[in-house]
Amino acid sequence: MTVHEQFGDDLALYALGALSGEEKISLEKHLQDCPSCRRELEQLRGDAALLALSTSGPRPPARAKSRFMDALAREPRTEPSRSGFNWWAIMGWATAAVMLVFVVGVARHNRRLSSTVAELSGIVERERLAGDQARRIGDVLHAADAMPYEILPVSVKTKLPAGKLIYSRERSGLVFVASNLQPVPAQKAYELWLIPNKGAPIPAGVFRPDSRGMAMVMNPALPAGVEAKAFAITIEPEQGSSAPTSEIIMKDAGS
Amino acid sequence: MSTASKQSGRDDGALIAAIRAGSQNAMAELYDRYSSIVYAVAMRVLGDTAAAEDVLQDIFMHLWRNPGTFDASRGSLPPWLAVVARNRAVDALRKRRPQSDIEDVTLSVEPDMAAEADRSRVAEKIRSALKDMPVGQRSALEMAYFEGYSHAEIAKKTGEPLGTIKTRIRAALMLLRKAVEAT
Repeated sequence: MTVHEQFGDDLALYALGALSGEEKISLEKHLQDCPSCRRELEQLRGDAALLALSTSGPRPPARAKSRFMDALAREPRTEPSRSGFNWWAIMGWATAAVMLVFVVGVARHNRRLSSTVAELSGIVERERLAGDQARRIGDVLHAADAMPYEILPVSVKTKLPAGKLIYSRERSGLVFVASNLQPVPAQKAYELWLIPNKGAPIPAGVFRPDSRGMAMVMNPALPAGVEAKAFAITIEPEQGSSAPTSEIIMKDAGS
Repeated sequence: MSTASKQSGRDDGALIAAIRAGSQNAMAELYDRYSSIVYAVAMRVLGDTAAAEDVLQDIFMHLWRNPGTFDASRGSLPPWLAVVARNRAVDALRKRRPQSDIEDVTLSVEPDMAAEADRSRVAEKIRSALKDMPVGQRSALEMAYFEGYSHAEIAKKTGEPLGTIKTRIRAALMLLRKAVEAT
């Protein structure tokens, strides 16, 4: 690893939160463009974490546990948290997002075509029905007893990496969810590619799987109206590439 | 697997998943497993039981309200908690608003420290390395990390040149790294 030596001392200070002033601003600017210094910073923070972990002392008093349990009891949480990476929650959000795009799309399209009260009434009714449907899907996916089941051929003994992708050319929208992905090496990430009928592959999102091998890409920035011939995944530097630099490791089954 | 994990049969990842699903029992188990780490760090920085208990409460309640805050792909839980505790405690010590979001803590720690035996072994190495370190080097490192002073403040307090403080702190961290790599 090559760390720019002129920033070596400053990186150590920055890792401890002890760098200030112009030097801090200058280093932060450099870090934006330097993966090797970012990696060294993570390592230095790790070194500092060991310093924190080396502290020893008395265990917290029993009253601290009581105080914590009282606070917990005052804040029960019956629904899965949405701040974490929850596969089914994400499926719910993804479904809701797709439905929302659909609903908004229908509404906009129809507004352009209609101006009569009768037509507007029809739009409202369709929006209501679509909204009800999205809510019902969300209710099931977010239910406290919702359990994920993966239905596979009985001959399948191991779970393979897999992804589901929904793409709308008209909306320039894309939702991708994946499971059973292998971890990627440090400073690497998966990159999704939209392969158009004509022209070079288009970057469609960089992602890293969580500890359970799950990942998601939702509505990456895509050029308008591109007809997709296929979708593929490669492993790229963590910041992503503008063109694939490695072999395709996953692609859609139709290509 | 750590001793705590063996007692419950659930590793940290399983506990976090259960916490995300709203399990108070899982949250209590995680508290039992790691509250001593958080409290020890907070006490080291603050030297005051009431203030350390506030930091302890604050961090675990934050984790309960926002279990997605901890991202296992960015490091294992014990060092992450230790760093979050240090950051919160230093903010409390300097009586300032939080300087960094809990979500921003990203570490690279080897070994991953999920096992209690690993943590004890590494902690002993670190303590030994600190003991053998030149006094000025150790003092600069501890002033920066446990007291939250900037390098300029340390230079002013010690009367040493800024460059010397910078070099000492980096060298001190490198010594800690070497000590752990030697395990």
